[in-house]
Order: sequence, then C-alpha cells, then structure tokens
Amino acid sequence: MKVSYFPGCTLRTKAKDLDFYARKCAEILGVELCEIENWQCCGAAFVSAKDEVASKLSSVRALAAARDAEQPLVTVCSACHNVIKQTNHAMQTDAEFAAKANLYMSQDKEPTEAYNGETTVYHYLELLRDVVGFDKLKEAVKNPLTGKKIAAYYGCMLLRPGKVLGFDDPENPTIIENFIRALGAEPVIYSYRNECCGSYAVLEDAEAAKKKSNKVSENAADNGAEMIVTACPLCKYNLEKSGSSIPVVYFTELLATALGVKEDTDAE
Amino acid sequence: MQRIGVFVCHCGTNIAATVDVKAVAEALKSEPGVVFSTDYQYMCSQAGQDIIKNAIAEHKLTGIVVCSCSPRMHENTFRKTAAAAGLNSYMVEIANIREQCSWVHKDMPTGTEKAIILGKAAVAKVSLNAPLTPGESPVTKRALVIGGGIAGIQTALDIADAGFPVDIVETKPTIGGKMAQLDKTFPTLDCAACILTPKMVEVAQNENIRIFSYSEVTDIKGFVGNFDVTIKRRARYVKEDLCTGCGACTEKCPQKKVPNEFNLGMDNRRAIYIPFAQAVPKVATIDPNYCTMLKTGKCGVCSKVCTAGAIDYQAKDEFVEEKYGAIVAATGFNPISMDKFDEFAYSQSPDVVTSLEFERLMNAAGPTAGTLLRPSDHEHPHTIVFVQCVGSRCSSCAEKGKEYCSKICCMYTAKHAMLTRDKYPDTDVYVFYIDVRTPGKAFDEFYRRAVEDYGVHYIKGMVGKVVPEGKKLKVQASDLLANKQLHIDADLVVLAAAIEPDKSARPLATMLTASMDTNDFFTEAHPKLRPVESPTAGVFLSGTCQGPKDIPETVSQAGAAASKVIGLLSKDKLTGNPCVAHSDENMCNGCSTCANVCPYGAITYQDKEFRMPDRTTKMRRIAVVNEAVCQGCGCCTVACMSGAMDLKGFMNKQIMAEVDAICK
Repeated sequence: MKVSYFPGCTLRTKAKDLDFYARKCAEILGVELCEIENWQCCGAAFVSAKDEVASKLSSVRALAAARDAEQPLVTVCSACHNVIKQTNHAMQTDAEFAAKANLYMSQDKEPTEAYNGETTVYHYLELLRDVVGFDKLKEAVKNPLTGKKIAAYYGCMLLRPGKVLGFDDPENPTIIENFIRALGAEPVIYSYRNECCGSYAVLEDAEAAKKKSNKVSENAADNGAEMIVTACPLCKYNLEKSGSSIPVVYFTELLATALGVKEDTDAE
Repeated sequence: MQRIGVFVCHCGTNIAATVDVKAVAEALKSEPGVVFSTDYQYMCSQAGQDIIKNAIAEHKLTGIVVCSCSPRMHENTFRKTAAAAGLNSYMVEIANIREQCSWVHKDMPTGTEKAIILGKAAVAKVSLNAPLTPGESPVTKRALVIGGGIAGIQTALDIADAGFPVDIVETKPTIGGKMAQLDKTFPTLDCAACILTPKMVEVAQNENIRIFSYSEVTDIKGFVGNFDVTIKRRARYVKEDLCTGCGACTEKCPQKKVPNEFNLGMDNRRAIYIPFAQAVPKVATIDPNYCTMLKTGKCGVCSKVCTAGAIDYQAKDEFVEEKYGAIVAATGFNPISMDKFDEFAYSQSPDVVTSLEFERLMNAAGPTAGTLLRPSDHEHPHTIVFVQCVGSRCSSCAEKGKEYCSKICCMYTAKHAMLTRDKYPDTDVYVFYIDVRTPGKAFDEFYRRAVEDYGVHYIKGMVGKVVPEGKKLKVQASDLLANKQLHIDADLVVLAAAIEPDKSARPLATMLTASMDTNDFFTEAHPKLRPVESPTAGVFLSGTCQGPKDIPETVSQAGAAASKVIGLLSKDKLTGNPCVAHSDENMCNGCSTCANVCPYGAITYQDKEFRMPDRTTKMRRIAVVNEAVCQGCGCCTVACMSGAMDLKGFMNKQIMAEVDAICK
C-alpha cells in the first residue's frame, strides 16, 4: 500500500535514524512511503497559538497534497504528528479557521482545491497498529528481542490532546507496549511514561528540564528497564541529557533491529 | 349511530382562563352523533361525575367525550363513572385540552380553536369505539427473587412473612452479597455481619423460603402471574442435604493456592471451600477450576475426610423448572475495574487498593485479621490517601468511567477515614474529593465528625498521579481551595471505585423483557411514582440493580418491592388490559414480521384450516396474540404489511378518523 509521508525537519538533521529506519522497515512491511514534494516545516510548537493561521499552512498544504494523492498521511515525529493532527482537526471543525487557511492557500502559486480535513493522519505507530497490524508485524520479526526489558516513553505530544489526536488513552496508553510485545521484548510499565520530558524548557532552564527528564529515566530504570524507546527527537535529546545512563532509542531503530535491517540497537 | 355526550371541564381557571369552554361545548354540539354537550367547573368532582351519570341515563348515551386534563390524570376516573352508569368503560374518550392546550397557549381565540379541534377528534374516535371487556388470568402464588444480597434477602423475608412462598436464586455459593464483605456500616458504625447474618439465618429457617445458591436463571417465559422459569443449579460436587458444614474438608484439601474471592484475592482459600464462617447455606463447594480430583482424577482427600459422605465428584449441573407469579430483580452491583485508571498505579503496586479491598483489610475475618497492614510488606501504613470519585462523575471519560455519582463513596470513605484515625491515631489520613455529598439521615453529622473530631484532612481536588517509588507511593495532587500542587508520600492509597450493575443484569433484562438505561441499571415504571416496579408487568426491582444505593435505602426499597409483590400475589385473578393487538386471520399471511418486532413475545403462530370459496379447505399459518402477554404497544400493527394486525381501542380506522377530524 502507498501512503503519503511527511518526515519533518528534525528527521533531516538531528534525528536521521528515526527517518532512515522508518523507511527501511516500511519497505519490509509492504508499505510504500511516498514523501510529499516540497514539504515544509510543520510549524512545530508555534502552532499552538490559536489565532495563528499562517504558521499552520505548511501542515494544511501537506494534508491537501495527501488528499490529492488519495493517500493517508503518515508522520514519524511526535511533534509533526501532533501539529498536523491538530491542524486537520481545526480544518474539520473550525469553519472560520478553515476559511482563512483556504483563502491563504488560494494565493499559492499552484493553488489546490479547498481543503476541509478529508485526509486521515497516522502516526507511524498507528500505521503499524491499525493498518499493518501488530499480529502481522509479529510474523515479520526476524530477530525477536526476547528477554529485553524495554520501557516505552510516550511524552506529551503523542497523546495529548487525547480526543483530537485519537492516538491512545492519554492516561493509560498501550500502543508502544503492544509494539514492544510484537517485537518479542517485554514492556516495562512505569508511572512516568506519559510525563513531560522538559521539552523546550531545556533552552531556557536546562536544570529544570533535567529534573523532569531525570525522573523519567530513573523511574524506568527502577522498574527494571534496560532501555527506553521513544518516538520524539526532543524527548530523546532531553532523556539523554538527564544524567542517567539508560540508553534511549527511537522506536524505528528497535523495529529495524527486530526486522533484521539493523545490526543491534545496543551498539549505539 | 352512536349517541355521544360531550363534557367540557373548566378545571377551575386552568382551562377556562385560556379556553372559552362554553364555545367549545357549543361547537361540539353540532358534530355528527353528538346529542348532548355541556360544561362544568370540575368534571372530576362528585358533582361533575353526577352530571355525566345523569346525562348517560337521560340521553341514552352510547359514548362520551370528556374535554379535560391528560388521560394520565383522570381517564380511569371517568371510565369508572361511565361503568357506574351502565356504560362500557371503553366507550370513554378524553380530549386533553389542559396540558396539550390551555397550559401551552396564551390567548383565548387560539386556545379555544385548538380545544374544539381536539374535541372533534375525540368525538370522531369515540363514534368508532366498540365496547371492550378485559380478560382474566390466574396468578401463581409464588415469587422469585434473583440475587441473594441484602436487597434480595429483605424482599424474600417480607414476601415470606406475608405467607407466600419465595425462591432466592444466587450465583455465589452463599447468600449475603456485598454486605457480607463489609466491615462496619455508616452512619452508626454497627458491624455489617452482626446485622446481616441474623437475617441470613432467618432466610435459611423460614419455611416459605427456598435458596437456590450457586445457581442462575437461564430462561424465563410467560407473563405476569404466570412466569415459567428455568434455574440452572451448578454442580457444587457436594450434596447440600448431607453436608453439615463442619469444614473438615476445607482444612485438609491439599490445593491451598486458590485466590479467595471473598477477600478479593488478597489471601488464598482451598479448592473445596465455604466462603465465610456464617455462609448460608453452610455447605462446602468444590471449585472445579482448581480441584485436583476433578482435573486429574487423583486426590479425593475431601471425600476421605467427609464423615457425612457428602462429596460427589460425579455431580452434574441440574436444571429446575418452576412457576412464579412475580419476579424480583435484585442483582446488585460491582465496583468497576481499575484497569483503565492506572494513573493511580493500581496494577503497579499492591498498596493501591479499592475501597472494598480496604473493607476486607479492616475486617476481623479479612486477610489481616482486622489489623490494618499494607498488602506488600505487612507493615502499618502511616500515611493513607483516599481518592474519591474514581470513575464516578466522569463525564469527560465516559469510555472508561461512569457519568453518574455512585452515591455511597462519600459516606464509606468518611467511615474508612474515621475508623482508621480511631484505631491508629498516629496515621495521617487524606481524603481527596470533588464534592462531599452527604444527604441522608445523620450523614452530614457523620462526615463532620470525621473532619472535626477525628482530624481527617479533607482536600478539595483530585489526585493526578500515583507513582510507586521504593516503599512509598508518591501522590501528586492539587488542592483547589489553596490553589497548590501537593506531593504526599503515602504508604497506602485507597480508590473509591465507581459502582456499576452486575454483569448478569443485562442478560436477565433481556429474558425479562425489562428495560434498562444506558448504564445497565434497570428502569423503573415511573421514576417518582412507581420506583420499585419495572415497566414490564410482574417484574419488580430491589436494591442497586435499579441505581446506586446505600444499605438503608436498599432495605426500604426491598420492602417496597416485596409489598408490591404481595399485592400481586394476593389476587386470585388478574384483570388484563383489553387494548391489545388482534390479528384478522383472514388477512394474515403468517409472515412473522409482527412476532419479530414484538418486545414481549406475545405473538405465536398456528396452522388453521380455512374453507376456500370453492368449498375445499386449506391449512394456513396465522398469527395469534396472547392477550395476557400483549402490552398494547402497537409495534405489530405498524409492522404488519398485510394490515391484519390491529390494536383494540386504537384501531387504524379510529386513528385515521381522528386525523381526518383534525384536518377537516
């Protein structure tokens, strides 16, 4: 099956592994990731400003491009997923916002048809769960990660706002745990898996961010985890600076190891 | 041609203020068939009824129309009036010119015009009315109570007390229900067992009561006064009549690792067990999921130690068929699962417990023999956090919790907090609440005592997260009044889980054709005026299966349900509702559509021989309505494609005549 793919900026710079293995694994699982032409930055954290239309336009363009290709839109980065889904929701439910955005878009050099939220947006994990299916994924595993105790770290951007993203229960998510199970490893349940890592606070007050991220890594380690798996470049950055020695990897790296396209995740 | 009388009521000024009643009476005089028309201040008064009676006699009326309030108010009154004057009571029609006219209109011309139209419609209908006679059916003088908790026990005792035989069907090996698991009861703090177990013994000793424990209802047929019920008696592998309840088997059974459901899995029982010391019937039961003998055929210890010879490994499930006149649902409740509320770390730490588990931890017969100890390390907890409304009043999370208030949690949490502070004054007790709701006799005083005399810290706000760290539970919460974030290092966290109806209620409602709300609570016939009856005739509701309740409320509702049952069983015959469906056998083609839509199972089919025009005969399948079961809802008359099905008293041609009169 073919899907439109929105990698996002960080995956071209800091988080190349997240992107590289996402593509490799998709191939094996029979999903063709068609990268959207001329995609632009999703707008990142700035888009949470409600009255801001222009910064959300790049997301709307990506959504419209997927609509024109008659494909669902897939993202891997937590932040892109959050921004694009929220924007899509706004296009579906906020008529005023949609009208403004479409008015901007009509001024594009090659304007597309007005967009009203027709595209389905998947996070890569949702693609695995809802389209590929974890049972199919389990069958595709070549090197099961048997015996590995892995802590899933969700952070905020994957889960909230829960009703808009429709990703998983924000208090008691299960998707990454089930993903870990499908790869043959053992998920570690710990309390801080859906707490904030400190996020952009790291730019202003690195100590405050470290305090937050340290709690996460320590709690995961206390519960017996050997590594933490995440979908978010910023979470990975913060957790690695948390002062704990526990390794942090992208879920795509874990996936690639299990599918036999990457040597060993521990080698990092 | 009918001779119709019209009687327009003023209802004081209720109607007369917005409807020109004299004009209505005058206008209806010229309707076809109307021979008499008048108005009066209060038609329902004795004088008003006399006007009707006299008019019936004087003008030889064959049908009457009363333009007055809703038929829900006084249709019965006027039917009785008609009957007293020798007129069939189904020759009465009510035109509702109060609720549907005078109360909703403001100006006299509009109100009067509408009242006249409503009156015309009623006249058009009554001119097509036919006298109807209600049928009669006998009453089986035995009641069935489904559920043996305090609700079922009280209902059964009250019915038995009136001299009627009652059967209790209980799925557990013993009656007693949730109340048997409780430690103390609010607001008087008397011990639950001390007040419940005498009642259980009373049930066992009452000659009018039979207990079918470890049993379930699998099928219900029939209708009010005549239910045919199949009860499955699950094999307990112990002969109830021989077992003396000595308990020797439960001490010698080598299978010791069976989670004890009575203590909510916090300790173990044997594979052969008596749930608790005061169980009724006090008979052992073998758990087939754990018994080595039943699973592998090797063991038989219990049969060797049983001096009464009561063990029977060959026992099979048995089915009993019984007849009942009335059925009481008393299926009770369960706390909801905490799986979806893991922000409180219920699955992560044994020291996060539900309130029902806390009851067992405080109970002398519980896993810790009444000493409050943490389940993880059996140490005394010094800081305890109670979280209220876990899953209750959860409108934003309806997929995992309940939108309603579970009603009992505020009071039992106050009780837990108070008892803890009383027994262990060195313990810090925090209660997090959204609101404290304590309506009820001596309830608020009780809660105030917890706060003022016992020094329980009540904090308005919710707990956001519980994190097990080492031996502590880190509780993150907000204090809404102080606008502060709180971090409490607790030793024990107690969750006041919402309560929901028992899972058996939904299939039971289907068998009973009784209605339920979206939360699977049984619906009452009227929320205020008929709170213990189901809309399905002969089915009554007792206890929490109808909605969240505490013990005093449950017991009063149980008594009320019993009195309704007694009222029903004291009758020798039941008068039915004659406004039931009827199938014209000449038009019916036996297609089964009506039976498929009938919510009461009142329609069956039979083959009947018909004479054909050419003098041959032919067998045809036709629908037959059981008039005693039919509730006259009219679903079948709408569904019938050949137009064979009609509802007596509300025939299609009557309804059409009303519509024509309105549109004329």
